Amino acid sequence: MQPILADGNGGALFWELLVNGLVMGSLFALIALGYSLVYGIIELVNFAHGDLFMLGAAMTYTLTALAVSWFGTVTPGGMSFAIVLGLLLIVPFFCGGANILIDRAVYRPLRRAPRLVPLVSALGVSFVLVNIGQLWIGTSPLSLENKAQLVSDDSLIQMGEVPLKWKDAVVLITVVPVMVGLTWLVKFTRLGKAMRATAQNLVAAQLMGIGVERVIASTFFVGGYLAGLAAVVYTLKIGRIEYQMGFQNGLYAFTAAVVGGIGNIPGAVLGGLLLGFIYSFGGGYSQGNWVDALIFGVLIVLLIFRPTGLLGSRSREKV
Amino acid sequence: MTPPSRSAIAGGVLFAMLVVLPQLPLAEWGIPANLLTELLILSILALGLNVILGTTGLLHLGIAAFYGIGCCITGILTTSIFPFQTNFLVAMMVSAFGTALVGLILGAPVLRLRGDYLALVTLGFGQIVITVLLEFENITGGKKTLQGLFPPLLPFVSEGTMGRRGDWQTFPHFYYLCLGLLAIVYLGLGNLERSRLGRGLVAVREDELAAGAMGLNPARLKLSALAIGAGVAGLAGSLFAMHNTNTTEPQNSFNFNWSIIILAAIILGGLSSRAGVLWGVVLLMGFDKIASRIIDDSLQAAAADGNTAFRLSNWRLMIFGLVLIGMMRFRPNGLLPERRGTSK
Repeated sequence: MQPILADGNGGALFWELLVNGLVMGSLFALIALGYSLVYGIIELVNFAHGDLFMLGAAMTYTLTALAVSWFGTVTPGGMSFAIVLGLLLIVPFFCGGANILIDRAVYRPLRRAPRLVPLVSALGVSFVLVNIGQLWIGTSPLSLENKAQLVSDDSLIQMGEVPLKWKDAVVLITVVPVMVGLTWLVKFTRLGKAMRATAQNLVAAQLMGIGVERVIASTFFVGGYLAGLAAVVYTLKIGRIEYQMGFQNGLYAFTAAVVGGIGNIPGAVLGGLLLGFIYSFGGGYSQGNWVDALIFGVLIVLLIFRPTGLLGSRSREKV
Repeated sequence: MTPPSRSAIAGGVLFAMLVVLPQLPLAEWGIPANLLTELLILSILALGLNVILGTTGLLHLGIAAFYGIGCCITGILTTSIFPFQTNFLVAMMVSAFGTALVGLILGAPVLRLRGDYLALVTLGFGQIVITVLLEFENITGGKKTLQGLFPPLLPFVSEGTMGRRGDWQTFPHFYYLCLGLLAIVYLGLGNLERSRLGRGLVAVREDELAAGAMGLNPARLKLSALAIGAGVAGLAGSLFAMHNTNTTEPQNSFNFNWSIIILAAIILGGLSSRAGVLWGVVLLMGFDKIASRIIDDSLQAAAADGNTAFRLSNWRLMIFGLVLIGMMRFRPNGLLPERRGTSK
């Protein structure tokens, strides 16, 4: 992962890490929601989700390169704003659509199979997607900033000594409304109601006349959509993509979903933010590459004391 | 006398093939002999994972970490940097038991977790192990690895020191050593499956609650499975260190992909059938390491000079993935499924 900091004095460093943690946390939360939604509805850990995120980033890169070849050099300003908007419109639909296709082709025939079967299929899908990414963008990291500077490096506002950079602001400006929108979708729409019903009891929902397969497909779409969105803002913030980025970020996000209580939407957001802060502060204050070990250490300790996650409810085991 | 079962025949045929294989003119066919030895080592690793995944039904996604730990312990014990400098026999046994101990330590806290959570924790544990192996450079060599592992094979023999490969570490000898160990592990695990412990493990896999109700202790059984599987993986890691004469870079050799590739091999062959597991490894790894090279060479020669899309090695993850998906869809019990006494 990229180094987060320049050296600074202690106080400013703390605030910088805090902002970075918030930004990374909201990214993790977006991806985590995809895991959590799907798990909530069909109890499948969709291991391929992180790699879908990676394909979204590849799509972002390809589209940007395409735009640059059409319009010539792009600098921050009106044109780049239009391109960013375009990316935010197209890439999530691409990822959402791909997720529906994957569900239709791979997971749907396995709905009645034992738990292990779709899980292993998901691992297989993950491998396939990584390979597609590898053939698509090659094995070496690509820098988006070499193609076009879509978001300026300047600060949006200066809070004391700490700047809030445009790159961070873009993430927050995108993520917050989406979270609100998702809450609205799940709580107040017919589809959301159908999703909640299906999650609670699939068979009963079916008997009540809910088109369960349609609801599952919509859930996959929403999950993929969020992953695509995350991919765009991630690529804008970090500026570098590679075909293996899906594994690492997917793993963090999945951990976030579990920490928050998998299947639980506020839990995924909480877990994502928590993980973002651990990631940011761990990377900022520790020497070397200990962030991974720190994150999974926290995960293991948490699962020992609260096996259902922070906000997860305890479900009795049925015979 | 009962006629031998299908899987016993399949296992026997495979072992016969493996005994004859080094006698064939491999070099003429363009097959590097080293890869055959690696095939055997991976078979041992897969048998280890099979105890956890196949027999006991715990989805373990970090077996490569134990492989790495075994490799590292052997490296530490046999390198000339540290004062231990033991022979291989001792190093191998310490590696196997040490790794089993680590498996036990990991297992204890996660026993309460069910399927998916256990999968995540084992996966996370794998990542932690890679970090630890990389960062404690003074002990494990980190990225530079521990080089030049040339211990003598047995106690009281001084051979192969002074920075030179001993005879026993060269191709046909080491191959047969690995084959012998593979046979011992294979038969040993067969005995395990028929023992009281093994039947307990199967009971936990089939229905943990029922097993508990029948007076078995599922926690203790799962812990035993994790420790045994880890120990066998550690043994494989130890052989891997001897095969390479160094401890390879942890982030390449012991990463998550390896855990999944081994998993794919087990699933291809047939969960919990030992002969199936061996066939799975031989087919998948044989394809990946040997057949794909040969096909690649002929493809490149025939049609597509330098065209990367026509290079099979660029498609290997896709092939593993499609094997997993296809097997799950059409034959979830593998090519050589375990034969059960009664149907469920």
